[in-house]
Amino acid sequence: MLIRRASEIIPSSEITPEGVYINRRSFMGAAVAGAAAALSPGCLLGQEQEQDQQLKPNTFEEITEYNNFWEYGSEKSDPAQNAPGLLKPRPWTVSVEGLCNKPGKYQLEDFLKPHKIEDRIYRMRCVEAWSVVVPWRGFPLRDLIARAEPTPAAKYVEFLTLLDPVQMPLQKTDLLEWPYNEGLRLDEAMHPLTLMTTGLYGRDLPAQNGAPLRLIVPWKYGFKGIKSIVRIRFQESQPNSTWMKQNRREYGFYSNVNPNVDHPRWSQKRERRLPSLFKNTETLMFNGYANEVQSMYSGMDLKKFY
Amino acid sequence: MILLKTLLWLLCLTPLGFLVYRGFTGGLGANPAEYLSHRTGFWTLTLIMVTLAITPLRRFTGWNQLIQFRRPIGLFAFFYACLHVTTYIVFDQFFDFGAMIEDIRKRPYITVGFTAFVLLIPLAITSTKGWIRRLGRRWTKLHRLIYVTAILGVLHFFWKEASKADVRDPLIFAGVLAVLLLARSRLRPRVRRDA
Repeated sequence: MLIRRASEIIPSSEITPEGVYINRRSFMGAAVAGAAAALSPGCLLGQEQEQDQQLKPNTFEEITEYNNFWEYGSEKSDPAQNAPGLLKPRPWTVSVEGLCNKPGKYQLEDFLKPHKIEDRIYRMRCVEAWSVVVPWRGFPLRDLIARAEPTPAAKYVEFLTLLDPVQMPLQKTDLLEWPYNEGLRLDEAMHPLTLMTTGLYGRDLPAQNGAPLRLIVPWKYGFKGIKSIVRIRFQESQPNSTWMKQNRREYGFYSNVNPNVDHPRWSQKRERRLPSLFKNTETLMFNGYANEVQSMYSGMDLKKFY
Repeated sequence: MILLKTLLWLLCLTPLGFLVYRGFTGGLGANPAEYLSHRTGFWTLTLIMVTLAITPLRRFTGWNQLIQFRRPIGLFAFFYACLHVTTYIVFDQFFDFGAMIEDIRKRPYITVGFTAFVLLIPLAITSTKGWIRRLGRRWTKLHRLIYVTAILGVLHFFWKEASKADVRDPLIFAGVLAVLLLARSRLRPRVRRDA
């Protein structure tokens, strides 16, 4: 079935757990996928699959000029236009709180200091049925969680975006319930693929991509990747995320990429791999990361827990 | 009048020219298909609103020749609607008619948009002088379908945008449409007296 197919199509080299330095120019050619594969020791797949066009990251412009970031407007061009002039990613404070032994409030620099920053190429599948490939940089969220030492009662992690209508003008409207919040089950948050993201293309995150700190969960729809995070909270109950509050029928807590569960307004079977005109890329179960993540959902009805 | 009509054609073709120009200069962004779909949908609705505004404007200004602009504007609305539907057929579905039928059956915003488009077809066909003559009074009746199309078109836009929570643009269209329909309903008795 689909799960098996996904693992065939998506080579492990799409995840680059090694600190492979990524600069922009090195991604411009098609040869790059092969180069990344050569640097990835865990790779067991054939060369032709490594050179699959699917591995080729989108351009810096595509990634940074076409964004969903409702705090700056609901048109894809709004964030790139508005965020860089308004968002002040320094100084930035992050607090870790809730059910953990080592809560704390940190300046961003201190928050990042203990962590080894690495580069990873992930595909991002938006719930709106388009997708891109992004060379992110960051560190596994699990490292942060290990430091915070959640108590046994902690079952979920909640994330909150900055609340500041001056820096984020759409927060003056009631378009969504502000601040934006998202959540993961603790095991999802602890999964090695889950990335606390600080940059892309080898540099700090641009404002429109959620500077200075965002979440990337590559097997979930893009909106789970909350931007400009200021609070991380361990809790016992499942958080209600912003989009669940907005429209529970269309956006669920899990929001795993799943070609078999349609959005009520459109099919999720296929996606448009930008900048393609055509919506002709088959969407893969868990966005192609089924091998790595499906065991977390065994026994769950994914039509019910969408 | 010929000058004005030429100007009208140029005006109505400007959005398309803009899209073509952007297409050739790489200005359609990372998701060109979405951009083309949104813009052609926007201009379809906008031109439908303009055709609905002609009669009230004519009454208020007394400039009766305005009526001559209504047919070309209506046909341009149909033209942009065709482009909009084409983006769906080609870019979204790539001629997968099974998937399209499923979409039309299952998804209200597609059902409504598709219906609005289908209702425009007889209006475009019967827009010629010959058909106007042949249909007589029935022509006026038939062309009242434009109200249905306008309402369904706005609803289509509204339901699509509701998925992303921002319905401000569709609400603007709904407001304009409400004003135009109200203006007409108030005009109708006077039109009859004039006749």
